[in-house]
Amino acid sequence: MLEIRNLKVKLEEEDKQILKGVDLTVDAGTVHAIMGPNGSGKSTLSYVLAGREGYEVTEGTATLDGADLLEMEPEERAAAGLFLAFQYPVEIPGVGNMTFLRTAVNAQRKARGEEELSAGEFLKEIRARAKQLKIDSEMLKRPVNVGFSGGEKKRNEILQMAMLEPKMCILDETDSGLDVDAMKLVAEGVNALRDEGRAFLVITHYQRLLDHIRPDVVHIMAGGRIVKTGGPELALEVENHGYADILAEVA
Amino acid sequence: MALAQAKRTATEARLAALELPAGAGWATRAREEALARLRETGLPARRDEYWRYTDPATLNAPAPEPAALFDPREPMPFSEVDRLKVVFVDGVFDPEASDDLSMAGIEIERLAETAARDIHWAKDLYGVLEARGQSPVPRPLAALNTAAATDGIVIRVTGKAPRPVSLIYLHRSETSDAVLHHLVRVEEGAEMTLLENGPAAARFNKVLEVDVADGGAFHHVRAQGRDHERRAATHIFARLGEKSIFKSFTLTVNGKLTRNETVIELTGDNAVAHVAGAALGDADFHHDDTVFITHDAVECESRQVFKKVLRNGAVGVFQGKILVKPGAQKTDGYQISQALLLDDDSQFLAKPELEIYADDVICSHGSTSGAIDETAMFYLRSRGVPRDEAQDLLVIAFLAEAIDEIEDEAIADDILARLQAWLARHRH
Ligand SMILES: Nc1ncnc2c1ncn2[C@@H]1O[C@H](COP(=O)(O)OP(=O)(O)O)[C@@H](O)[C@H]1O
Ligand SMILES: [Mg+2]
Repeated sequence: MLEIRNLKVKLEEEDKQILKGVDLTVDAGTVHAIMGPNGSGKSTLSYVLAGREGYEVTEGTATLDGADLLEMEPEERAAAGLFLAFQYPVEIPGVGNMTFLRTAVNAQRKARGEEELSAGEFLKEIRARAKQLKIDSEMLKRPVNVGFSGGEKKRNEILQMAMLEPKMCILDETDSGLDVDAMKLVAEGVNALRDEGRAFLVITHYQRLLDHIRPDVVHIMAGGRIVKTGGPELALEVENHGYADILAEVA
Repeated sequence: MALAQAKRTATEARLAALELPAGAGWATRAREEALARLRETGLPARRDEYWRYTDPATLNAPAPEPAALFDPREPMPFSEVDRLKVVFVDGVFDPEASDDLSMAGIEIERLAETAARDIHWAKDLYGVLEARGQSPVPRPLAALNTAAATDGIVIRVTGKAPRPVSLIYLHRSETSDAVLHHLVRVEEGAEMTLLENGPAAARFNKVLEVDVADGGAFHHVRAQGRDHERRAATHIFARLGEKSIFKSFTLTVNGKLTRNETVIELTGDNAVAHVAGAALGDADFHHDDTVFITHDAVECESRQVFKKVLRNGAVGVFQGKILVKPGAQKTDGYQISQALLLDDDSQFLAKPELEIYADDVICSHGSTSGAIDETAMFYLRSRGVPRDEAQDLLVIAFLAEAIDEIEDEAIADDILARLQAWLARHRH
């Protein structure tokens, strides 16, 4: 589903190489995890895939079901089925959470040539999904992420993901800052979406989340590259010994 | 201080070109006094501190610059609102197009008719608040209006007006120079909503004097636009009694030059005054909101909320003052003026001022100008919202605080729909 080949990325504004040749293949129906020390380029990878400005791809490719992601506008990537749950969800004062989600859902439907959801259909859908994530109607009415706690913001990301039903879901440290209960809610939200036609790329520091969202493949990222790939046991190794051993081994 | 020669010349040239109303009735004296006020200060000039950001030349000139007629090809604002319509064509009342002026709880007359009488309550209001508003800063275009206006509407509200009164200004002549003067007297505990919309004329000079007695409420929503070549100078003068409420909102889209002055005196304790504006301009657009609020009683609240969205070289101006007089304790004053600049060519000029002579008050003010928040923009787009729609959402969000000042939901929705349609037409 997602194919990344030798992806090299530098900052647009300064001469700083951040991704130094990333190779990654994520198949439909699988869950991949990326772990790695702070500053290794995990968020940069997710931003570049989602189409954030400020980065320059100097080499390599990234495709979603064969379509060149790097050529598309961010909204086209979303309509093509890519979703990024932000490490730091953005607050948007003045834009109601509900209005935002409805605009997003219908914009994607329109882009795909599908019928837009009526207000009634949308409401029914969002109520059901929000309930699963313990998001109350008051939170839905509030401006996007404004005054939300850290946990509420992350649950709101998962709600968006559930409503948009993307096929490639990237979760950037969705577990950080969550207590155990909130993390379980998030994991349940993700697991409910697991499907043969859908893939997940879960960026995390902790084994904790991976206890709930079982990955098929675990990658270790360091210095702008994927330095090691293995099964779920690799996450345990990180949990028990930190990154030092692995980094020393591949150095 | 003697008036500068240039000012005197400009003022006399304008007066020479005017046909001042011939007199009978109570209005004659008021007009003469206004003329004297105008001659004393002279018409505004670019060198006046109060006109630093807005060039009054075309507002002063003996003849207006012609303005092309504009067909918006859509129903006018407030079309869906159940209201009493009062229509003016190029500044002249049109009885045929207007509704019957009778309504429970409210007396509506035409200025032209009341002015010819010997005795009328309007005598105690016409030019009175305008004259009070001439200090500390002169407002010569308002004095000119009082001296020259022959038409307008005179309203006395005695109960709760069941429907809004809607003033509709049609523009039919490319060279029309309209002068209208309206009076509203809201009696104790009475309440009304006044709506205004329409291009009015090539050049429009309008004064609205509003006197709200104790416990009265006056709501005002105005939509200026969508014609592009209009030049307008408007003044609202309001005086508020105890526990009275005054709320005014203006949406302005397009127009070569608009100067909206609002002058409010809070003279009774616990009075509330809110003035808000949302202005959207693209290219040849100069919009000036000038507000002066005087707190002269205790425990009054005032709010000024002005937002501007500017693109392609449009210019926005805000001059807002809160004056808290000695003894006006427990004043709660708030003022915010903000511009969203959609490109580097547009400009926002702001002069917020506080002058406070009481010690137990809360007054806050802020002024900002900035671009679209790119982080928010990316977040919206990453969810599939196309760039244009995302920008519209962020613009509407930016304007929300001003639009929230409109109390009536149906009217607020109408304004919001106008905004959205304007944004959709002005994308690149
Ligand atoms: N916009 C940016 N400006 C400056 N430095 C950046 C920017 N984005 C990323 N970086 C730098 O790139 C490196 C990788 O960052 P990031 O992708 O956030 O890592 P991770 O998510 O793995 O912690 C860091 O050294 C970070 O400081
Ligand atoms: Mg990160």
